[in-house]
Amino acid sequence: MEKKKLVTIVTESILEKKIAKDVLRLGAHGYTITEASGQGERGMRSSDWEQSRNIRVEVVCDNTIAETIIEYMAQTYYEDYAMIVFVHEVEVVRPEKF
Amino acid sequence: MIENLLDPVILFFAMGLLAGLLKSDLRLPEAIYEVISIFLLMAIGLKGGVQLAKTNIALILLPVGVTVLLGLSIPLIAYPILRKLGKFNEADSAAIAAHYGSVSAVTFAVVQTYLERLLVAYEEYVTVLLVVLEIPAIAMGILIARMKTRKHTIDYGLLFHEVFLGKSIYLLIAGLLVGWAAGPERIEPVAPLFFDLFKAALAFFLLEMGLVAARRISDLRRVGLFLIGFGILMPIVSAVIGTLFGYLAGLSLGGSVVLATLSASASYIAAPAAMRIAVPQANPTLYLTASLGITFPFNLLFGIPLYHWMGAILYSMGG
Repeated sequence: MEKKKLVTIVTESILEKKIAKDVLRLGAHGYTITEASGQGERGMRSSDWEQSRNIRVEVVCDNTIAETIIEYMAQTYYEDYAMIVFVHEVEVVRPEKF
Repeated sequence: MIENLLDPVILFFAMGLLAGLLKSDLRLPEAIYEVISIFLLMAIGLKGGVQLAKTNIALILLPVGVTVLLGLSIPLIAYPILRKLGKFNEADSAAIAAHYGSVSAVTFAVVQTYLERLLVAYEEYVTVLLVVLEIPAIAMGILIARMKTRKHTIDYGLLFHEVFLGKSIYLLIAGLLVGWAAGPERIEPVAPLFFDLFKAALAFFLLEMGLVAARRISDLRRVGLFLIGFGILMPIVSAVIGTLFGYLAGLSLGGSVVLATLSASASYIAAPAAMRIAVPQANPTLYLTASLGITFPFNLLFGIPLYHWMGAILYSMGG
């Protein structure tokens, strides 16, 4: 088993297409997007209304790509959008996939 | 006024609103909500398209032109009010202004059922005006924001995709085209579903809209008194302009009531998505709460009969 980084981005669903493109462009080989809801600094993000739906984007990648993604998200979206990003260390079964 | 409040469609809305305010656990499953909203948009488009097939296209050019002018001018009126009197920042003012220039398709459906219940005739092609009015205000809002605030790099591809291929506009236009191409006779077999059941589906949808609006009402404390007043007075101002424009464009009384209601209504589907992309620094709580929590219920409960009354006065004076 090999160690990789799992980057998780929770943000507004309107950014779905942009972020999907961003992470691939920044070197990740894939991503997983799920719907999410919750509450934070920018208020309740409930999934009941299209305009306030949240998504959770998960990317497993190398350390350097993880850092690039985190840096890019912070620069591009932190100021204007509801977004949190966090990183886990994970062990992957088929390292060649990432 | 009382008569309007007793329409089942409006009562369903009130019941949804009440359920939301009382924190009932009532909630339409998301998939059902999606299906009904797709159904309604398609049906609104179809109905307009079938009528359009019977209309001489040359007749609609003037009303369409007037409608574009309305869409461009309402944000220009709303912006300085929000900026100077409301003391909102440039981005918020521009985004809210765009919402008030754009339209709500559900409010349009409600004014249609209102006029049909009262047997007031209106031009068959008004659905075209609904589609036409949706876009210019959004463009104007973005333009104001870009002139007044720090420049963002806008992803125009994504923006156009959201505006023109977003569910609401796409379905309205698709319905219009299908109805127009098929014409009244060929549409007959699908009429029972799309036309006969329309009002029941609208009632069901408004139950859910009541719940959604109620959740927005809990945000009212955060947006301040000015925006609450704006959410009620701005639609009235827009409706006056819409009525006058309708009158000058030669619309019937019914047609000008529809145009007034369209002017008064505020968008809560197309505009928020566009603003989030093009003016991300504007606070969505402000425009969503104003449009969905204040203006939408106001128009449904009191606005439409008021605009009808205004129109009736103007038309009786003008003959």
